[in-house]
Amino acid sequence: MIPGAFEYVRAGSVEEALTALAEHGEDAKVLAGGHSLLPLMKLRLAMPTVLVDISRVPDLSYVRVEGDEVAIGAGTRHFELERSDVARAEVPLLPHVASRVGDPQVRHRGTLGGTVAHSDPASDLPTALLALGGDVVVQGPNGRRSVPVTEFWLGFFETALEPDELVVELRTPRTGSTGWGYEKFTRRENDWPIVAAAAVDGRVALANMGGTVVRATATEEALARGASTAEAAALADEGTSPSSDMHADQDYRRHLARLLTRRALETAAGAS
Amino acid sequence: MQVSMTVNGEERTDDVEPRLLLAHYLREVCDLRATNIGCDTTSCGACTVIVDGLSVKSCTVLAVSAEGAEVTTLEGLSGPDGELHPVPAAFRSEHGLQCGFCTPGMVMAAIGVLAANPEPSDREVREGLEGNLCRCTGYHNIVRAVQTAAQAGPAAGQVPSSRGVTA
Repeated sequence: MIPGAFEYVRAGSVEEALTALAEHGEDAKVLAGGHSLLPLMKLRLAMPTVLVDISRVPDLSYVRVEGDEVAIGAGTRHFELERSDVARAEVPLLPHVASRVGDPQVRHRGTLGGTVAHSDPASDLPTALLALGGDVVVQGPNGRRSVPVTEFWLGFFETALEPDELVVELRTPRTGSTGWGYEKFTRRENDWPIVAAAAVDGRVALANMGGTVVRATATEEALARGASTAEAAALADEGTSPSSDMHADQDYRRHLARLLTRRALETAAGAS
Repeated sequence: MQVSMTVNGEERTDDVEPRLLLAHYLREVCDLRATNIGCDTTSCGACTVIVDGLSVKSCTVLAVSAEGAEVTTLEGLSGPDGELHPVPAAFRSEHGLQCGFCTPGMVMAAIGVLAANPEPSDREVREGLEGNLCRCTGYHNIVRAVQTAAQAGPAAGQVPSSRGVTA
């Protein structure tokens, strides 16, 4: 399979990328690791006329502590996040989830900013970021702005990102030794989750239970009022709208959401 | 547009369409046919090559994105004397293949596994090769081959390149 024809722009800096995006608007797509975009282009489900390649932009790959937060460059590849000593110490859920994305070759190319901007509701790392809280930092012609992760993903492949903006950084609270859990159900290890649940610090996020990654708000509210893990987890699918497909029907997804939430909460509580 | 990269130690510049995938570039422009295209959907790993020290699936990388990169394919593993690299040598001695279609990708991915982890457990080998499918399902001998290659020491996790392999 071969993508449709496009004009290729290799950006040497964030500014160059923004200039190209401003010029080409909605006809342009940003290429980083390409492991979400190129498969869509090969299937001709996406046919951008301009690709702006930011994979060579220096200074977009880093993991560092800034105050109460960990700041992660959008160009950080999954395997870099997986191996980051700073991430392992300060926000261990993220490097663990990074290690569960796809397979090694995919993790060598895919980037955190790419999976965030792609907005697939079955994505591992956005699920973890949603449970952690924090912000997506985007840059456009008028400078930078921060969008809370709770407001960034608007729908299937749809985000709060404007066509002339670029995701440049993810910021997430330092959780340190706070317990966390991530449970992912797949048929094969390198598949997308049929359903996944991330739990940390009383918050729970779910993959593939609707048009975006979603928070299990009923579970969180139950936990906040002192409900047991089992009671709270039994509410995990409330308010979600999972789809049925060849892998699982809606009811089975709802079952998985409750089950995986309970396991993730138990792991987070150290009970496993 | 023009793209320049080093393929198996040879610096080359070619005029390509931006949409040309690295796998097609290697097979059709460089005439290096060991790299197979299996699923063409980033799943099977048959097209795995080493790009700047990392195993990647070349069906999901644009050739133009590899500008300035150092690329190694199965053909680039043997030294000038023609001696087999430890990993393909072990696939041969342990019969780590049946039909052989997945083998070039398996070998390149295994080099990445051994670069990151020179003494892996069997489970770590299997997890490291989770992105490579063998439809003859001959995984037992493949794992044995990787373990045999590991006994050759650090050379099993390297390719003849100036930049080295990291994963």
